[in-house]
Amino acid sequence: MKRSNDPIFWSLFGAGGMLSALIGAALVFVTGIGVPLGLLVSQDLMRYQRMLGFAQHWLGKIIVFAVIALFLWHAALRIFHMLHDFGVHAGTGAKLVCFGLPLLCTIAAAYWVLTTGV
Amino acid sequence: MSAQMDKRRPYVRSMAGWWTRDPYYIRYMAMEATSVLVAVYAVILLVGLARLSQGEAAYNGWLDALKSPLSVGFHVLILLVFAYHTWSWFKIMPKTMPTIYLGGTKLPQPAITWTGVVVAVVLNLLVLAILMGVKP
Amino acid sequence: MAESTRTIEIEVLRYRPEQDTEPFYQTYSVPFTDDMSVLQGLQTIKDDLDGTLSFRWSCRMAICGSCGMMIDGKPKLACRTFLRHYHPKKLRIGPLEHFPIERDLVVVVEDFIKKLEGIKPYIIPKEPRTLEEGEYLQTPAQLEKFRQFSTCINCMLCYSACPQYGLDSKFTGPGILALMHRYNADSRDGGQAERMELGHSEEGVWGCTAVAYCSEVCPKGVDPANAINQNKMGSAIDYFLRFVAPRGAGK
Repeated sequence: MKRSNDPIFWSLFGAGGMLSALIGAALVFVTGIGVPLGLLVSQDLMRYQRMLGFAQHWLGKIIVFAVIALFLWHAALRIFHMLHDFGVHAGTGAKLVCFGLPLLCTIAAAYWVLTTGV
Repeated sequence: MSAQMDKRRPYVRSMAGWWTRDPYYIRYMAMEATSVLVAVYAVILLVGLARLSQGEAAYNGWLDALKSPLSVGFHVLILLVFAYHTWSWFKIMPKTMPTIYLGGTKLPQPAITWTGVVVAVVLNLLVLAILMGVKP
Repeated sequence: MAESTRTIEIEVLRYRPEQDTEPFYQTYSVPFTDDMSVLQGLQTIKDDLDGTLSFRWSCRMAICGSCGMMIDGKPKLACRTFLRHYHPKKLRIGPLEHFPIERDLVVVVEDFIKKLEGIKPYIIPKEPRTLEEGEYLQTPAQLEKFRQFSTCINCMLCYSACPQYGLDSKFTGPGILALMHRYNADSRDGGQAERMELGHSEEGVWGCTAVAYCSEVCPKGVDPANAINQNKMGSAIDYFLRFVAPRGAGK
């Protein structure tokens, strides 16, 4: 019986799912509603100079990278399973889209996190 | 025996639209579908990161786009989806854990769910409080 | 004490391979009393209205697992479901979903039986043991680790609930994976490594997407979703550590 490689993607799915469950709503509110409307948080909370400083700090880099990458890898396995549940054959094409795109985004995020403001 | 075997003609039923057959399945699909907007939000942040690396003008363009009513309305939807994700995540989580015993008695699965939801609400409010307290 | 006799319309799926190209629904008007189960309703049809109707049943008391069928669209044991609950609406009865239909309400169960044998559903001793050594000793705590999962009656309602089994019958499925866990979790057993060869694969625990409807429909509270998904963490840890520090069996 062939051993499944699911553990890799399942672990990433789990980490992303937990992170998005624990702090995702707050982030969505602040970045998408609070800051644009000046509701509960200041409208200039995310102004350029402050965000640049955040992205230059090692902790800021980790947070930004972790949130983007783990949220994407959480969605990767779930969307792959959803495609199968809707009757789409779980073949190479589905795998390329579901796991290839998050991989590209992860690499891009790593690149920008490491080079922004340097 | 073989005469009876020849007469067998098992009928295989279609799985098309299986998830519409019961509200339980629809809730499952809704739970799975939350991941789509989780991914969309991550991409929005990724674009912001890219714009940040391109300099102030580019970044401000991204920030201004977030201010549009369409974007704010969309983020309200994303927020609702994240809330459902949080709830459904902790609802299924006890299934992934072996039974926990507290002093001899089984910890009921709903207790794990409610603990998780409470921790999630507290942590989300904590993040919000921290960001509310950031000095101008 | 006079019991009021009412009539319920029961719509039953029929399929006779020797004469039907497709299954179809046939309606019967069945007189019933409040104490009658759906199984008794079917027996009334067979005894008094239509002797050609085929269905499995045995104990009439929810322990043999024979009378599983789709009752009003949900997998249930016919002996443990009551006609009064559905009256005055029409009651639709069909064969268990996700299995090929043999005849009427009888489904083909060969796949399930084959898989049942495949997980080695018996104690595999850790080391050879003689009669002189006496019986195994087990604490209540050790028993609790697997007792719940040993209450399965092989009724297959969970297979009708499981969309992953319905979409791909190569998946071992909830009930049998729960039984696999029952033996792996038994302190007397030493066969985890052998069983986890299946467990670690797509046909094993990784074919499950945590729908958990199986646990909802189980008449015995086995909670197969829990049996399967609590093994994912162990399987994942074993996956990552297997070359560094083989733990044998991903428990």
